[in-house]
Amino acid sequence: MNAKRKLRVATVSLAGCFGCHTSFLDIDERFFELLEHIEFDRSPLTDVKHCGPCDIGLVEGGACNAENVHVLREFRERCKILVAVGACAINGGLPAQRNHLDLGGVLLEVYQTGHALDRERALIPNDPELPLLLDKVRPIREIVQVDHYLCGCPPSADAIWKFLTDLLGGATPYLPYPLRHFD
Amino acid sequence: MAHELETAAEPQKLRRIAIDPISRVEGHGKITLLMDDDGHVQQARLHIVEFRGFEKFVQGRPYWEAPVMVQRLCGICPVSHQIAAAKALDHVVGAVPPPPSAEKMRRLMHYGQIVQSHALHFFLLSSPDLLFGFDAELDRRNIVAVAERYPEVARRGVALRRWGQEVIRHTSGKRVHGTGAVPGGINKLLSASERDALLAEADQMISWSKAAVELAQKLAAANEREFAQFGFFRSSLMSLVRSDGGFEFYDGLLRGRDEEGAILFDGVRDQEYDKLITEEVKSWSYMKFPYLRARGREEGWYKVGPLARVQNCDFMPTPLAEAERRAFVAAAEGKINHAPLAYHWTRMIEMLHAAELIRELLDDPDLLRGETMGSGPRGRSGVGIIEAPRGTLIHHYEVGDDDLITMCNLIVSTTHNNQAMNEAVREVARRDLDGRRITEGLLNHVEVVIRAFDPCLSCATHALGKMPLILELVAPDGARIDRKVRNA
Ligand code: SF4
Repeated sequence: MNAKRKLRVATVSLAGCFGCHTSFLDIDERFFELLEHIEFDRSPLTDVKHCGPCDIGLVEGGACNAENVHVLREFRERCKILVAVGACAINGGLPAQRNHLDLGGVLLEVYQTGHALDRERALIPNDPELPLLLDKVRPIREIVQVDHYLCGCPPSADAIWKFLTDLLGGATPYLPYPLRHFD
Repeated sequence: MAHELETAAEPQKLRRIAIDPISRVEGHGKITLLMDDDGHVQQARLHIVEFRGFEKFVQGRPYWEAPVMVQRLCGICPVSHQIAAAKALDHVVGAVPPPPSAEKMRRLMHYGQIVQSHALHFFLLSSPDLLFGFDAELDRRNIVAVAERYPEVARRGVALRRWGQEVIRHTSGKRVHGTGAVPGGINKLLSASERDALLAEADQMISWSKAAVELAQKLAAANEREFAQFGFFRSSLMSLVRSDGGFEFYDGLLRGRDEEGAILFDGVRDQEYDKLITEEVKSWSYMKFPYLRARGREEGWYKVGPLARVQNCDFMPTPLAEAERRAFVAAAEGKINHAPLAYHWTRMIEMLHAAELIRELLDDPDLLRGETMGSGPRGRSGVGIIEAPRGTLIHHYEVGDDDLITMCNLIVSTTHNNQAMNEAVREVARRDLDGRRITEGLLNHVEVVIRAFDPCLSCATHALGKMPLILELVAPDGARIDRKVRNA
């Protein structure tokens, strides 16, 4: 395997909690083994700010604002294989709990009744630097085409490892039952 | 001085530079700088650009769901949120304190969390800046390059993190988003084989933690002047301490010191936090700005986390960490050390302390047997405060007679540091960037100072309490469906 070109991998967290990234790091010392076969592009582990041409893109989290949509499209464009990692990317996950609430109304209500707020300075953030929110938290497949789904909240480190080593070995990734069995 | 460079007079005339996203931190944030024609910085801001709404959507859910819901605020420190929520809800089920075995299991879990989170931050995220320099080429500033050049440092970091995660797995069932801490106690004791597996590596981990303190100290000493001045600002400090003034991660009383080290308040009970602290909102960030009511908006901000904790306590109750704390205090010559980069050194002292605490606790037979759940008179509300890896974490819930949550207020560690991080960014912008040609390496300086705080911008984006004035409905293809403009 050594003579082969290293595969370039990008990872990103959209509206996620970083738990899927944590689980990725939970491959522990196998991380060093992985580094013999891959190199990182944009990822919370590097300072690359925009995803370049990549072989694999791992996306954690759904899309909750316009910026998430933008980054996600960039990933789709530049990654040959795009993977939805974890419940949030696959179906919105826990942040999608806000979907049954009316966003505008809820924001206003909470903003006015929030506990222990400085009432005189409970002003409404309004700045061009803040990305606009989507009405609902969206699974990423509603925005781009997804090639693989890795279930779990988060998927276990063993599942992520099996998935990646399958891909690296040129096989179609397959997770046996124990790796798809949760809690 | 506190709010200089926060807002430029005529922003439209200035050139905008954005560091977006801030990398090698957890969560979503960006920094914007506005420069005039002469290259002087006129405005510098740290923006938190996402919000998710946890405080709102846990309302209406049964209280026992809260610990497993709120831990999804943050996959780096889920244990902190789980335990803070469980502690708050101990008041609701009348189990204050929970049985000794339950408290000890929670403590063990929490100490594991400190080790894994501090190891992740120091070795995997920040060490490239410290080992290769702030201006190092972009492709060297990551753990991969550290693993090539300093394999032992990288391997120890990964091993320490693994051990901390294993402590969490054995106490909560899973490494990420387990279920160990529940309102009133815990749902799992430790087995003898789990204990032995953790004990087998304990001494090694303590000695590697000690070596990590020495490494952090050595890196600081090698560049003493720069470390002392970089991003320097003064502020007051806040953390929990034990009732005897000892260092504490899990449960204690709130203490604050002013910039000189004089006690501002002490012995404040967790249930009273809202008498002490209030939060301001600023238009340009989704993260609120807490401050001490007694000192007011301008003066009342403070910092939390390792640098605050290690200097706020009177002693650390384990021998190796206490020796390192003394060395740290001695190096500051009796003054409070406010240098942001000193966060790294104190963070490693804390990791050593947590490793020692784990070692000590693993010998306690209460982990293997005893009551797991307590109960008592039913309460309607509760506050849980712990010292999470990044600082003081506050959870507050009110629960109705139907067991459903009616109110939730969270002040997470990183939020307490909001003003402090903004200050540090402005300080670096003023000192390192002002009047110079801005290069990529120079921009990393600004990120280096943010990283020192180990911000978890993921945690900090939970709040649904502030809104943009313009609401747009955007279809998945990007087309705008609806747009509402709300006048303030
Ligand atoms: S799937 Fe779970 S672990 Fe992953 S980002 Fe979402 S909440 Fe976090």
